[in-house]
Amino acid sequence: MEDLKKFLVDKVLIFESDTLLPETEKRLQQIRREKISNSVIYLSSGTSSIIAGSEKTFMAIRAYLDDNGHDTDLVRVGCSGPANFEPFLCIQLIGKNKLYFRNITEEKVEPLLNGIFHNDINEDDLVGQKGTRGFEMWPGIPFLEELPFFSKQKRIVLENCGCYDPENINEYIALGGYRAYVKAIRHYTFEEVCTIVEKSGLRGRSGGGYLTGLKWKQALNTGSSARYLICNAKESDPGAFTDRTILESDPHRLVEGIAIASYAIGASSALIFLRSGSEHARIRIQKAIDNAREYGLLGHNIFLSGYNLDIEIRKESGAFVCGEETALISSLEGKRGMPKLKPPYPTTAGLFGKPTVINNVETLMNVPLIMQNGPDWFRSLGTENSPGTKVFAITGKSRMKGVVEVEMGTEIKTILEDIAEGIKEGKKFKAIQLGGASGSFITGDNINITVDFDVMKEKNIGMGAGGFVIVDENTCMVDLVRYYMEFMRNGSCGKCIPCREGTGRMLEILDGVIRKPANDDSGTTLERFKGVMQLENIALVMKDTSLCGLGQTAPNPFISALKNFREEFEEHIFDRKCRANICRGLRTFSIDVDKCTGCTACASKCPVNAIYGTRLQPFFIVEEKCTGCGICFDICKFSAITVK
Amino acid sequence: MLITIQVNNKKIRAEKGETILSALYSNGIVIPTLCRMRDFTPTGACRMCVVEIEGRDRLVTACSQPVEEWMKIWTHSPRVINARKTIVELLLSNHPDDCLYCDRNLNCELQRLSEELNVRERRIRGKKIKFRLDQSSPAIVRELSKCILCGRCVRICEEIITSTSLDFINKGRQTHVGAALDRDFNFSSCIHCGQCVLVCPTGALHEKHNITEVQEYLNKSGITKVIQYSPLVPAGLAEALGVKYNKEFDKIVNAILRKIGFDKVFTTGTGTDICIKELTDQLSERIKNRGVTPLIISACPAWVKFAEQFLPSLIPQLSTLKSPQQITGVLIKTLVAGQAGLKPEQIFSVSVTPCMAMKFEARREGMMRKGISDVDSVLTVRELARLIRLYGIDVANIGYEPADEPMEGRSSAAALADVSGGLTEGIIRSLYFMKVNKDADKQVFKKLRSVNSFREATIKIGEIEVKTAVVDGLAGLEKLESSLASGIKYDLVEVMTCPGGCVHGAGMPFLKSGDEIKNRIKLVYQADETEAINLPCKSPVLLNLYEKYLAANKEIADRKIFYTHFEKRNVLL
Amino acid sequence: MSTDIESILKKYKPGRREYLIPMLQEIQDDLGYLSEEAIVKVGSFVGLSTTKIYGLATFYDQFRFVPSGKVQIKICHGTSCFLNGSQSVIDKIKEETGIMPGQTTRDGIFSYEIVTCMGGCNNGPLICINGEYYTGVKAEQLPDLIKKLRFIIEND
Ligand SMILES: Cc1cc2nc3c(=O)[nH]c(=O)nc-3n(C[C@H](O)[C@H](O)[C@H](O)COP(=O)(O)O)c2cc1C
Ligand code: SF4
Ligand code: SF4
Ligand code: SF4
Ligand code: SF4
Ligand code: SF4
Ligand code: SF4
Ligand code: SF4
Ligand code: SF4
Ligand code: FES
Ligand code: FES
Ligand code: FES
Repeated sequence: MEDLKKFLVDKVLIFESDTLLPETEKRLQQIRREKISNSVIYLSSGTSSIIAGSEKTFMAIRAYLDDNGHDTDLVRVGCSGPANFEPFLCIQLIGKNKLYFRNITEEKVEPLLNGIFHNDINEDDLVGQKGTRGFEMWPGIPFLEELPFFSKQKRIVLENCGCYDPENINEYIALGGYRAYVKAIRHYTFEEVCTIVEKSGLRGRSGGGYLTGLKWKQALNTGSSARYLICNAKESDPGAFTDRTILESDPHRLVEGIAIASYAIGASSALIFLRSGSEHARIRIQKAIDNAREYGLLGHNIFLSGYNLDIEIRKESGAFVCGEETALISSLEGKRGMPKLKPPYPTTAGLFGKPTVINNVETLMNVPLIMQNGPDWFRSLGTENSPGTKVFAITGKSRMKGVVEVEMGTEIKTILEDIAEGIKEGKKFKAIQLGGASGSFITGDNINITVDFDVMKEKNIGMGAGGFVIVDENTCMVDLVRYYMEFMRNGSCGKCIPCREGTGRMLEILDGVIRKPANDDSGTTLERFKGVMQLENIALVMKDTSLCGLGQTAPNPFISALKNFREEFEEHIFDRKCRANICRGLRTFSIDVDKCTGCTACASKCPVNAIYGTRLQPFFIVEEKCTGCGICFDICKFSAITVK
Repeated sequence: MLITIQVNNKKIRAEKGETILSALYSNGIVIPTLCRMRDFTPTGACRMCVVEIEGRDRLVTACSQPVEEWMKIWTHSPRVINARKTIVELLLSNHPDDCLYCDRNLNCELQRLSEELNVRERRIRGKKIKFRLDQSSPAIVRELSKCILCGRCVRICEEIITSTSLDFINKGRQTHVGAALDRDFNFSSCIHCGQCVLVCPTGALHEKHNITEVQEYLNKSGITKVIQYSPLVPAGLAEALGVKYNKEFDKIVNAILRKIGFDKVFTTGTGTDICIKELTDQLSERIKNRGVTPLIISACPAWVKFAEQFLPSLIPQLSTLKSPQQITGVLIKTLVAGQAGLKPEQIFSVSVTPCMAMKFEARREGMMRKGISDVDSVLTVRELARLIRLYGIDVANIGYEPADEPMEGRSSAAALADVSGGLTEGIIRSLYFMKVNKDADKQVFKKLRSVNSFREATIKIGEIEVKTAVVDGLAGLEKLESSLASGIKYDLVEVMTCPGGCVHGAGMPFLKSGDEIKNRIKLVYQADETEAINLPCKSPVLLNLYEKYLAANKEIADRKIFYTHFEKRNVLL
Repeated sequence: MSTDIESILKKYKPGRREYLIPMLQEIQDDLGYLSEEAIVKVGSFVGLSTTKIYGLATFYDQFRFVPSGKVQIKICHGTSCFLNGSQSVIDKIKEETGIMPGQTTRDGIFSYEIVTCMGGCNNGPLICINGEYYTGVKAEQLPDLIKKLRFIIEND
């Protein structure tokens, strides 16, 4: 072990020439498993894999191999993207291409392995093979990279995800990792690193699209004695999981990105602000930091460069607003995470009043690549003003789901129809919601829009951090907007009036729209309509006056939905109808006197006592009292209750 | 450096680096604010002060944004007015709508804003917030449903009073302002200074009212109603009633109080004179016998509670002398009662003060004798003004009356005690007169009269030098502590909780411009310049009291009754 | 109990506000909640008033001030789970336990919290009970599940 470490440090990391010695290369190939002497089984091991049962699968494989005395290696790797294939398994037989199988739950292990080791491949769960130079291809089996899910992607940030064991630093180094960092601290000045990244045109991937190199330079040029780098791994948008996937699958690339960024701004202390509840990610990233320290990549006077750096993980403690920079800083300082006025910006006065750069996980993942391949290479990807790629987390009603990466300039339509393979169960597409709870909707009308900071800004669509939620005709837009508004109301810090009160009022008004009119004033159609009139005004004032990004963007889903789906709002208000049949509060229940046997079952279960009647006579529902919960409908054995 | 900016299409000059708000104010353009506090860094919480700046996507808060050369600003464009109005409507949408029953009715910033912004219709409906009403504190009532979360109370309590008894609790819509562990106020470290009440723009924080109780007693027969008022009260009352103050107004106040129904009217100033005399004697004694130094003045009840909680190590140096209110109260329940042949419980003793902490002080255990308090009810100046209106008293045509013997007058030094440093000045002047037998030169006190939160002065009195320190607002304690820690020996230390002293007390009328305090200080100094009796020892009232009455009354002769004890207090800090 | 708090505090430097949250997190991990004693102790350790510590702790959703139940349920209410019907799961759990998120039932058995995206979006609605995931949960399954869990705890 000690020997391997010495080899990797001396012959790879601090090796003075760009081309490594042939014998070094050979050994690296073994570490990368490009040359194997045993068959290998790779099993995905992200949170979504574990939830889908991958740990049980792992045990089953282990038991199978032990029982059958197979000399097969079993490795946990990161996540390669398609969440609906979990547990995602790959088998590499000696001399043959890798084969990928989906949804391998524990009970499938035995038949699958029995078959494979006898050259009988189970086609049902087979996804494809992956071509590798010098290996024999499986006839008649499609290539993984030719499946639309993969072929339309451009994976650079995610290139290592699913390819190595995230808990093994040796594999990362064998894949070329940490060399850009070592080169930077030994051969470049702070300023030079900033300039390279500035030249690459890399823009912040959290959604704002601020030029990363420029941000770094602002902090570097403050002339302060101490500076900090913070990696924002808060990722608290509901339904976003790109950062977590990256952290779990390729923690070393992130550590390298953080290290380079810290060096660029002359910070000797970096913090990772990690979302709470990501225990799996925390363990992996902590291990990566510890291993990097062991290899001399972190610590004091790193590789005699005179540069010192340590990285510390700080768990956030559950407040959506703490993703905002100034709130994040307050939280790290041990205060209530309430945003502060800007200016001063964190790059001039951030953590403990010192210049601080805050970058998103995905932003930092790009940095080692830029240092390795140069700014021109990066600029060759994507569009003029948005070079590179963008990672999205696809969820919702599509066939394929998971973490994907596309080149900037790709049409949203391509992501929807090719990568996500369209809507499942033959339903009709309705909209895509980009950027989580503060994002807007993309509908069929502008589905041709391309992924590009400026193009999207022009269309008033925020890129967001990577949420890509696909909804179909069975989704009620009013209900969805209400959901996002509730999320924002709960996330608001409460400091400023427009956001604190505005999110509350908007939610209450939306609540009124999806509920059946109660018997008081506030429930009349007129009041509900007036409410929606007010919603527009409140939304505009919130955008215009809120202190921080949360309040400024909270009304976005509503504004966008009202623009694109106005008729759905009107139906709810005037016709008391929810076309997706989601807003149960609007339904009207009544009892068919001919069918009712008077069994009393419904009356005894109605939570608001809205059902009256005499035993063995037909019962009736008092409409004003009924809240539309539907319990009676489910309970009646005689189908006497009807819904409208 | 002056730069030019453009406001509403007119050029105006502004100082580089100043905020838009300050530039607007100095050019006579008024825009509303809610969370702003003078001399504090802006927090940007309320968003009331937004203005439109050409080239900016969003509106900008004027209270925080520095001016830039050639900035084009619109302060009252339709967009801005709509934003401000909507913000107020949002606040009102879940507000309790309680104006008619509210302490701040007609005096409330939220109410005023809704009037100014022409809110005339309830366009936005919201669920009313229900928070508990906390009446547990002897001085302060919290009605959290009226709180607009401007944060002014939290900041003043932390940054100026340093008691840090309040903070925001919870987040988002559940945010409210509360004390440690969200317990009731009486469990907290609050020292009842009431500064939070003074800065609160709404009725969310207000004093505990004692008017009803006073009214009840006024209607009772068989009870003698006695009232004392602090030297600053007449000036404060004039301010509250909107009349001009001069010394003669004190006599009007006497007449008013009698008209309301008080049998006897005394001035607390006599108590202050006693206080000065006693402290002068103590100081002189301690200097002579090299007793414990410094002598720390205990006249401010909020400071005393603060010391008991946070600085118990200073308690041995703290004078155990009661405050002027309590000294006067003691005399009312002993001397005055005796003269009238009454038992203490047959007297209802009221005090009017500029101070809110006095409401707490009157309830302190050490301030009761045999379960009977010396001061039964404490009113603020604002409450007295209300009482006057309630009793329909025509202040303009009431005539002049003297106060009652034996506490009918005071020296101007007693009035000076309402300004921070004034008590020290009175004591030193008395000591000077005692030792040198002439008045000290005014120049000597210049250092004590400045405005810093911590001031020191060494004063030569004949052979001796007296080293004094004045803490003006508790933020100055930090410097006192570090001076003490570095071994500096003071003879006399005065601590006043409210910055500026009792002229800034929480029982005084609410401030409108902030200039009121300067005016109050001016009145106090003017009195000191013009009044002949400038020291307790020259006051015939005091001399008469000590010589004629105190000596003759067994209960008071040893004056122990003027003293109490202080000890470490366990509260949730 | 109190020795636990002290041994945790010992790991930190006194008077350092920036480690306030990690301290509270560690105490909560240990005790299961933040007791009043803990808040007061942390306050004097850091040199801040209890008011401030309490104000800080109540800002963050993660901190709780009553002991959690023996059965801790996390319900995912991220976008994906929402689209798959997590609202009815939440409503059902509310109904079955009779408590709000962050509270604990009187008998000390159940407590639950609502979280956003636990990372198993493909299999929502997702709930996690004492560390074990349940995928594709339907509201109708919950009464039986709750009954079963209560039975297990009561007979333990
Ligand atoms: C309410 C709010 C929540 C945010 N949440 C996140 C988050 O979870 N992750 C993130 O990287 N940035 C988040 N941001 C953006 C950050 O404040 C910050 O701009 C970003 O981390 C900068 O990184 P970048 O320049 O690399 O994009 C949030 C912003 C706001 C206003
Ligand atoms: S916009 Fe919302 S989250 Fe941001 S400071 Fe205001 S209240 Fe807090
Ligand atoms: S359950 Fe059905 S049949 Fe029975 S009383 Fe109700 S409506 Fe009638
Ligand atoms: S729908 Fe619900 S509320 Fe209405 S009658 Fe049926 S059980 Fe009662
Ligand atoms: S606080 Fe102001 S607006 Fe509110 S009830 Fe009192 S007077 Fe009216
Ligand atoms: S102001 Fe209007 S609401 Fe208030 S008391 Fe007068 S009439 Fe009534
Ligand atoms: S009365 Fe004084 S000590 Fe008490 S909360 Fe208000 S400002 Fe703080
Ligand atoms: S109590 Fe008053 S001063 Fe304090 S936050 Fe509320 S409104 Fe502002
Ligand atoms: S300074 Fe005066 S008004 Fe203020 S608390 Fe002390 S005694 Fe009361
Ligand atoms: S681990 Fe493969 S999709 Fe997440
Ligand atoms: S006064 Fe400017 S934000 Fe409140
Ligand atoms: S939304 Fe529930 S696991 Fe992602």
